[in-house]
Amino acid sequence: MTADGGVRRVLVLAGGLSFERDVSLRSGRRVAEALRSVGVEVDERDVDAGLLAHLAEHPPDAVFIALHGGPGEDGAVRGVLDLAGVPYAGAAPHACRMAFDKPTAKALVRAAGLHTPDWVTLPHETFRELGAHAVLDRLVERIPGPLVVKPARGGSALGMTVVHRADQLPAAMVHCFAYGDTALIERFVAGTEVAVSVVEDAGGSAEALPAVEIVPKDGVFDYAARYTAGATDYHVPARLDAEAARSAAAVAGAAHRALGLRDLSRTDLVVDSDGTPWFLEVNVSPGMTETSLLPMAAAGGGRDLGELCRTALERAVARGRSEAESGPAGSHRAGQA
Amino acid sequence: MSGVDLDPYGERYAARTRGMTASAIRALFAVANRPEVVSLAGGMPYIEALPLEAVSDMVAAMVRDHGPAALQYGSGQGLPALREMICEVMSLEGIAASPDDVVVTVGSQQALDLVTRIFCDPGDVVVAEAPSYVGALSTFASYQAQVVHVPMDEAGLVPAALDETCARLAREGRTVKFLYTVPNFHNPAGVSLSVPRRDEVLAVAARHGVLVLEDNPYGLLGFDAEPVHALRARTGDGVIYLGSFSKTFAPGLRVGWVLAPHSVREKLVLAAEASVLCPPNFTQMVVADYLRTQPWQQQVKVYREVYRERRDAILDAMAQHFPAGSTWTRPAGGFYTWVTLPEGLDAGAMLPRAVQGRVAYVPGGAFYADGSGGSKMRLSYCYPPPDRIREGVRRLAAVIDEELEVRATFGPAAGTSGDAAVTAPAPPDLA
Repeated sequence: MTADGGVRRVLVLAGGLSFERDVSLRSGRRVAEALRSVGVEVDERDVDAGLLAHLAEHPPDAVFIALHGGPGEDGAVRGVLDLAGVPYAGAAPHACRMAFDKPTAKALVRAAGLHTPDWVTLPHETFRELGAHAVLDRLVERIPGPLVVKPARGGSALGMTVVHRADQLPAAMVHCFAYGDTALIERFVAGTEVAVSVVEDAGGSAEALPAVEIVPKDGVFDYAARYTAGATDYHVPARLDAEAARSAAAVAGAAHRALGLRDLSRTDLVVDSDGTPWFLEVNVSPGMTETSLLPMAAAGGGRDLGELCRTALERAVARGRSEAESGPAGSHRAGQA
Repeated sequence: MSGVDLDPYGERYAARTRGMTASAIRALFAVANRPEVVSLAGGMPYIEALPLEAVSDMVAAMVRDHGPAALQYGSGQGLPALREMICEVMSLEGIAASPDDVVVTVGSQQALDLVTRIFCDPGDVVVAEAPSYVGALSTFASYQAQVVHVPMDEAGLVPAALDETCARLAREGRTVKFLYTVPNFHNPAGVSLSVPRRDEVLAVAARHGVLVLEDNPYGLLGFDAEPVHALRARTGDGVIYLGSFSKTFAPGLRVGWVLAPHSVREKLVLAAEASVLCPPNFTQMVVADYLRTQPWQQQVKVYREVYRERRDAILDAMAQHFPAGSTWTRPAGGFYTWVTLPEGLDAGAMLPRAVQGRVAYVPGGAFYADGSGGSKMRLSYCYPPPDRIREGVRRLAAVIDEELEVRATFGPAAGTSGDAAVTAPAPPDLA
């Protein structure tokens, strides 16, 4: 760490064992390049059995977590970094745990007064024990119209299906359960699909970057549409009227606060024909690849990705320092103090 | 307002790039390289079995004594000394050939590319076994050739079915440019073309005027018997033969070859020069020195014993753990066994569950150009040691059981997943 509180040497974590390993490796490389371009010395590393020893031998000023899915987003890796006394950019473990679990995040943002499509969360066991067709019939009665089926935890639209007819539901459920034991089934909201990234400045005030509008050429923003350059048209800023754009930004900021996130996050929304933004999900470790939405928003807003990442890391370092001084209960560093 | 164009070249790509998109299934394989995962996916030779110290000394001496030649451009057809040795290698499978008719290529994958390039216009038909090597299907797709599959059974390609298919295509007025076949220890099917069928297949092909493209990377890796005569050993006409040092020596060198009739060979050399100027002198000289100075046939025996032990491990483990309704082939050589899952299961749809269960395989859909093969998967036993293979099969059996349970919950209405096929070219370590 430099005397002015900046960061000199950081570790970017990427890879992991989740379904999104490949995406994460690309995010990690992009973040590392961006940080190097603003003069930060960067190590890149996978998350494996050697991580803690590496942190002990080469303690970085802070860690940037470019892991997607599983332990990288559910708070587990952050919990371990807390134990190791290493500061990291982004939300704390407990906030990640709630934000990463889509039904929990939806319940919290609804409680905070935001719109989110009606949903049901059902584990595979429920279908097995109560009979799939009985449960699905009730579900279709309760939430009519097109539905979205997706794993309760996960990203990159893996395991996601948009269901237009009830007879497509069983296949969508089987597809979803291959990626996880619990499914989130929510009402499909038609409208303009946008992603709003929220970044905090050095003083901690949250700012929404320009909304990115997503128009997949094949209609569905699935894995191929996300990671094949040219398969999706993007518009930055989104083609929303001023009021809808303001409310989309406000919803992303409100979700960021309601879920107790920090430094940076990305909220995925649909703005319906009335201009109402509907919260779909939030990402505590947003994608940073060449086709990802946060870097696109940063570019659209005239912001440098390296600077954004560095600011997040500087905030992490500052937090680490103040925690070391105040000595929070349970922290490794406090125990040594 | 501004549209963001992530690919400003989008309108300019050739039609043959269609299908070259990101794929969730392909991305899942990223996890397969982690040590926590038992990968039964990749067809990687067990290079650790090579005497690496001897190879290292040999390469050092080669650079010291022949560096200027090794690091210089070479001939488009490949080094004459290596082509002579290749003829000796082929004689082990009964082939009598002249070094003049051999073209050295950057792995036999480049040979596939060159042969397809000189024969196939868009829309031409290539007849291939069902299933077929995924790397060949990618090559055919990149030249916009249409693949028509012909069924196989335990004795390999079915000659009567080949006959019917060729007759039907002729009636439809479609041009068959060649039959692509892997007669020995087939990738992915794990079966070999029986000896009686070899002559039948050649006779059918000759009757329909169809050229045969014989791809034989595994011929010397039989566990139980001496090598069978290649198709090319049975006739000098109408067969283009592809060989490789990837399995008998090392795939990292990328040295393969094609043996073709004289007129075809001329075009292959010109096509190769247009593509890569010449195959690398360096790796050709490494292979030539290896063949000349090392007990390479003894090393092939070492490889065979390694793979035989692993084949036994996977067959035993599958018999012990796989649920009723699963079947698989019993390879007598090579790297692969081909598994048919219990009814209703789709190997592509099941792959995420397998990755969570820390085991990987290649879904069968990758090996068909027509979208079939959902119930199949390829398991490779060449790379993991036997105890890891047993652990991998145990994990995979648990994954299949869970998938059966989910399918049972939702019933036949659940159908099969639409994303089973690997549409993009396979990553090199899976081919």
